Amino acid sequence: MKEVSIDQCAFLKRYRRHKIWIRITRVLILIAFFALWEISASYGLIDPFIFSSPSRLLSCGYELFTQQQLTHHIGITLFETLTSFLLVILCTLIIATLLWFCQSASEALEPYLVILNSLPKSALAPLLIVWLGGNYKTIILTGMSVAIFGSVLSLYHAFTHTDPEKLLLIRTLGGHRGHILWKIILPGNIPTLLNLMKVNIGLCLVGVIIGEFIAAKRGLGYLIIYGSQVFKLDWVILSILLLCMIAMALYQGIDRIERRYRRE
Amino acid sequence: MDTLLELRDVNYSYHSIQGETHALSNLNFTVEEGEFLAIVGPSGCGKSTLLSLLCGLITPTGGSIRFQGHDLTRNDTLQMGYMLQKDQLLEWRDISSNVALGLEIQHKNTPENLAYANELLNTYGLGQFTCKRPSELSGGMRQRAALIRTLVLHPRLLLLDEPFSALDYQTRLTVSDDIGRIIRQEKKTAILVTHDLSEAISLGDRILVLTKRPGTIHTILPVHFPEGLSPLEKRNDSNFKHYFNLLWKEFNQNEGSIH
Repeated sequence: MKEVSIDQCAFLKRYRRHKIWIRITRVLILIAFFALWEISASYGLIDPFIFSSPSRLLSCGYELFTQQQLTHHIGITLFETLTSFLLVILCTLIIATLLWFCQSASEALEPYLVILNSLPKSALAPLLIVWLGGNYKTIILTGMSVAIFGSVLSLYHAFTHTDPEKLLLIRTLGGHRGHILWKIILPGNIPTLLNLMKVNIGLCLVGVIIGEFIAAKRGLGYLIIYGSQVFKLDWVILSILLLCMIAMALYQGIDRIERRYRRE
Repeated sequence: MDTLLELRDVNYSYHSIQGETHALSNLNFTVEEGEFLAIVGPSGCGKSTLLSLLCGLITPTGGSIRFQGHDLTRNDTLQMGYMLQKDQLLEWRDISSNVALGLEIQHKNTPENLAYANELLNTYGLGQFTCKRPSELSGGMRQRAALIRTLVLHPRLLLLDEPFSALDYQTRLTVSDDIGRIIRQEKKTAILVTHDLSEAISLGDRILVLTKRPGTIHTILPVHFPEGLSPLEKRNDSNFKHYFNLLWKEFNQNEGSIH
């Protein structure tokens, strides 16, 4: 086994200590936030009816959970988010590849993609309801609309900026455009795709919530809107906290896939 | 020796919004079987364009290129191996898979060819690194792997486009010595494009000097060293200085046309 010097040991110790300190600080910030919130609500510094409190949220969450409503709403939102996310990735890959294959089409379509990307996607949601009805298709499409245009533009940009010498290599080995795509463009841009996935999973969740605000009868977005209409602000805040946790979990999931890819 | 490649009055121009650029003009030369031809010239004189013409990536706007006695075809270009300035090994593939890239593209990844690739890797000191990623290899090892990627396709003609220019000076000396010896050992015909006069003298049997754009042949200088000297040993030979001075004189005499 390779011998480690005293200085190196000291460095590793400092590094590990720093990492542990960061983790502890993160947990402490969370505990402090909830503790301050609970104390403020208990001592009347804030109105628990409007701002709720961690204890109220726990009992509200338990109540909804025992009625099997909470898992149902979470399940629906997760299903719609993951479906729109997978469709965004699939469509992004197909469209970016087609644009890369047909340079003239990409030049012609570029301004339209830029305009569609700049458009506030929530403006599309009412139209989608009229066209498709108030159902899960509308919500999935709203989720997709938030992420897809930027995603296509980014991946296409990465495709076209692949090292030209690598493309030359394939041509000098007797390869054609198909070979360039399969041997260079797609494998070489997996890191870009993974980065896009990390951004898109969050964007799809945002899009799905926008869709649920307008068109749903189920899901966390619906729970937020319904809760605010009937003044059940515990529901609203609980849903927001759950959304934070879902966003975090989805991001961590993609991050883990990315790390495994980098290790391999 | 048989003539492998012949260029007759080859011209090449390319077009852009800024206008037409005449890159190469009236090139006439031959390359014999087993010969090592070095091409030198100032930056932008069309050295790399010439290699692109030879391997069929672009077609001449005038004249003809003949390979083994007939006009160059797509099949002929598959018999040419091209080495780029950088090794361009793909990081997402291991070394054996990188070496087999051309075989995959040309649908030649038969067990015999893959065994030949392994044999070359073993012969040239990369046998223990077949499962490594390119980033785990030194610059010299990477260039050797890039050359093996070209050699496994059994090319009749090797086209080397400044393959050592991306390396630092010490590595360049060792790698050019390695690559030069491997090419001689495998009895390959090669055309090397370089801006380094010493490299051209130590590796080439003849040195073709191009003028500035539009590139045309200024002179062709034959180089003779005692038999069996490696490229690195040639640099220490007394003839080396003579050829260097001769080549340098050619450059200076035609300063107007070259610089």
